[in-house]
Amino acid sequence: MVEEIGRTTEGDVIINVGPQHPATHGVLHLLITINGETIKKVEPHLGFIHRSIEKMCESLSYRQFIYVTSRMDYLSSHINNHACALCLEKGLQIEVPSRAQVIRVLMDELTRIASHELWWGAMAMDLGAFTPFFHAFRERETINDIMEETCGARLTMNYIVPGGVMQDIHPNFQQRVKDFISLYKSKVGEYDELVTGNIIFQNRMKGVGYLSAEDAISFGCTGPTARGSGVTCDIRKLYPYEIYEQLQFDEILETAGDSFARYMVRVREMNQSIRIIEQLIDNIPEGDFQAKTKAVLKLPKGEFYQRVETARGEFGVYIVSEGGTTPYRIKFRSPGFSNLSALDHMARGSKLGDLVAMMGTLDLVIPDIDR
Amino acid sequence: MLSFSNISKSIDSGLRATFDATWTMVIEMVIAGVCVISLFAILGLVLVLMERKVSAWMQIRLGPNRVGPKGMLQSLADTVKLLVKEGMTPDGADKFLFNLAPFIAIIVAMLLMAPIAFAKDFQLWDMNIGVLYVSAVSSLMVISILMAGWASNNKYSLMGAMRSGAQIVSYELSAGLSILSIVVLTGSLNLNDIILSQANGWWIFKGHIPVMIAFIIFIIAVTAETNRAPFDLAEAESELTAGFHTEYSGMKFALFFLAEYVNVFIVCAIGATLFFGGWMPFHIGHWEGFNQVMDFIPSSVWFFGKTFFLIFLIMWFRWTFPRLRIDQLLNLEWKYLLPISMFNLLLVTAMAILGWYF
Amino acid sequence: MFIVKYIKDVFSGLKSLAVGLRRTLYYFTHHKEIITQQYPDNRETLHLPERFKGEVVMLHDENNEHACTGCTACELACPNATIKIITKFDISPEGKKKKAIDKFVYHLELCTMCNLCIVACPTDAIKMAQTFEHSVYNRADLTKVLNKPGSKIREGVE
Repeated sequence: MVEEIGRTTEGDVIINVGPQHPATHGVLHLLITINGETIKKVEPHLGFIHRSIEKMCESLSYRQFIYVTSRMDYLSSHINNHACALCLEKGLQIEVPSRAQVIRVLMDELTRIASHELWWGAMAMDLGAFTPFFHAFRERETINDIMEETCGARLTMNYIVPGGVMQDIHPNFQQRVKDFISLYKSKVGEYDELVTGNIIFQNRMKGVGYLSAEDAISFGCTGPTARGSGVTCDIRKLYPYEIYEQLQFDEILETAGDSFARYMVRVREMNQSIRIIEQLIDNIPEGDFQAKTKAVLKLPKGEFYQRVETARGEFGVYIVSEGGTTPYRIKFRSPGFSNLSALDHMARGSKLGDLVAMMGTLDLVIPDIDR
Repeated sequence: MLSFSNISKSIDSGLRATFDATWTMVIEMVIAGVCVISLFAILGLVLVLMERKVSAWMQIRLGPNRVGPKGMLQSLADTVKLLVKEGMTPDGADKFLFNLAPFIAIIVAMLLMAPIAFAKDFQLWDMNIGVLYVSAVSSLMVISILMAGWASNNKYSLMGAMRSGAQIVSYELSAGLSILSIVVLTGSLNLNDIILSQANGWWIFKGHIPVMIAFIIFIIAVTAETNRAPFDLAEAESELTAGFHTEYSGMKFALFFLAEYVNVFIVCAIGATLFFGGWMPFHIGHWEGFNQVMDFIPSSVWFFGKTFFLIFLIMWFRWTFPRLRIDQLLNLEWKYLLPISMFNLLLVTAMAILGWYF
Repeated sequence: MFIVKYIKDVFSGLKSLAVGLRRTLYYFTHHKEIITQQYPDNRETLHLPERFKGEVVMLHDENNEHACTGCTACELACPNATIKIITKFDISPEGKKKKAIDKFVYHLELCTMCNLCIVACPTDAIKMAQTFEHSVYNRADLTKVLNKPGSKIREGVE
């Protein structure tokens, strides 16, 4: 860091944004060089919430390690668990009952909406509007209540087990999801009134943090971040898992590549998730919610990889097995890490206030980046 | 009848009967000082509670409801907390300026209280250049912010102070121009004369669309001048943590906090005086009965009612809009507000010369 | 044309702001929309769903008997070593030795409520309770012994 300071030119100031800063939503440390209000360089420093989850997983059995992945991207914990379970099922060649598949997809999409709701509120709060945060939490709370009733927890559910789901859905589940959909549809117009249509908000977002499609690919961005630049990367469409092939939904693409495009991708994705839920909620097939599996799982020798689309982008699980009861090596590909790497490129030349908008639209969850 | 002017007159005559003229003045000054300070304290308590309740209801929350009946004493409890907190001075700070800055902020706010007419014939200082005095003194506020930002020895504070400097210097212009449009219509800089000129109707109604535009520009400009959201770039907690008062704690922070709220009160009082007729009651043309009922309401109630309506307006802005960026903030002023208010002033002048108002 | 666009911009901008102001004013005046739950006051009416994972408890019936055989399936299933089962040997009236639990130690401070022990239990001896107010002044209070003193295994549970 000393030579960093030596390299700066006249008038440059180095500021530490974080690890304790309201805009980083966690313990991310950004070392930014600014000249006046203009950003010249952003250097993310990681490691403040590193818990060595990958190493931890090596000492846990295949049933046990799934719950740890909830602690990475805690906003889409369910989808993380889903990826692990899919990877194990691929290795063990377990046929998951169709009822379990539908329940899993329903929960995935509910999680995605909950995650985007929180992002939407926090995004507006980063830009200085506090009220949308509470309005977003009203809808998110309804999803959390549904989760609590069926999975027993609100954030780190650990509902998915290899071969299916842990418990059958609660008898009230379908009715409450339908209530949520009608609540969401009655309130989604307010989002446009409060934030999307607002002239101040649009000026803060449009043309800010431009990321071209080529750059998005070369930085390895996935999820809404890349789709805002017009890169097709929805894993649900490209490499369908579970029952996504049979569902009608659109991959949202915006071509502008700025913060507003990324914002619009997420807002429109919520509507697509609602669409998926509407298709499934009345068509949950009867049957088992869990396939018969052995008490102790032993993955055959080999390498297994599975990717899913979380709320933030492509999440991958890579397991190397030696044939024992614990994995030999686990590697997670987390979307936040790659998306964060584009921040420096996007931020150069823009104002300090824009950095907050860019970090908001990247939808950073720090434990996901740091693991 | 019990009114502020009668009370002050009876105190004055009582004092004059017992003391000579010099002593009377000294005692009256002390009384006025005590009144201003207690008004400060009350305003701080009331406005903080009001802001918290307004924000809570807009955010579908309940707001403070534990301390005292319906949470009325919440801000009192907060004050006690701030009083007993340690006021720290960071290492490497310019100690003298660091400790001076909050007092400058509060002194400026106190000075601004002088020309405001709180009720009929109730004013600390009826000066003939009241409007000029207010716009001149209110720009001193930026000095305390710059001082705090510089003396804190903190990059965030400095950036907040610099932002605030750019902001207040620019927005002074359109605030001044929109005030000028009323001065043009009245032909006086005396706040009392301005109020009396609105006896047959407030300027916002008498002045047609140009005065409405002037009012909108005025409310935007004073929101920016008092560093309130959506123009709170000097604090901007998501960017600069807390801006110029990042390093302040305890009572020194509370003084900044208090100065912000008192400034909001003062600019709203000026706005109410200029555009809504100060303590003038609401009259409609020839409805004698209605007008008499309105006259029966005390003038101080009218004044505080109008002021608090404007304060609510500013709070309403704060809890609805996102924050502007610094370049957009300056663009808004120099590309939109200033040209519009200059053109508007021209319109108002033409209107005043041709007598196109009621 | 430039002037027309300028004026249009100003008005569309002001309109978008007014729309937002109308929405917040709606909530300001409609207090029935308030969603705050006043938590410590609503303890009586606060019902958590029966599946809520609050803490692990052992079920005892009215004869102070439980269903835990001490098979340590839960101990093995637990990812955090939250559960420790200490076994002993009971002598039955016929003089046979029988394995039974002495202490079912549960470390609440380590538990992540993942529900794996409940799923692993072959005799449904433990379950998740809906309690959630777990704060204590002393860390040692979080280490609990789940089997009640004097309790013994129910007849017929193997």
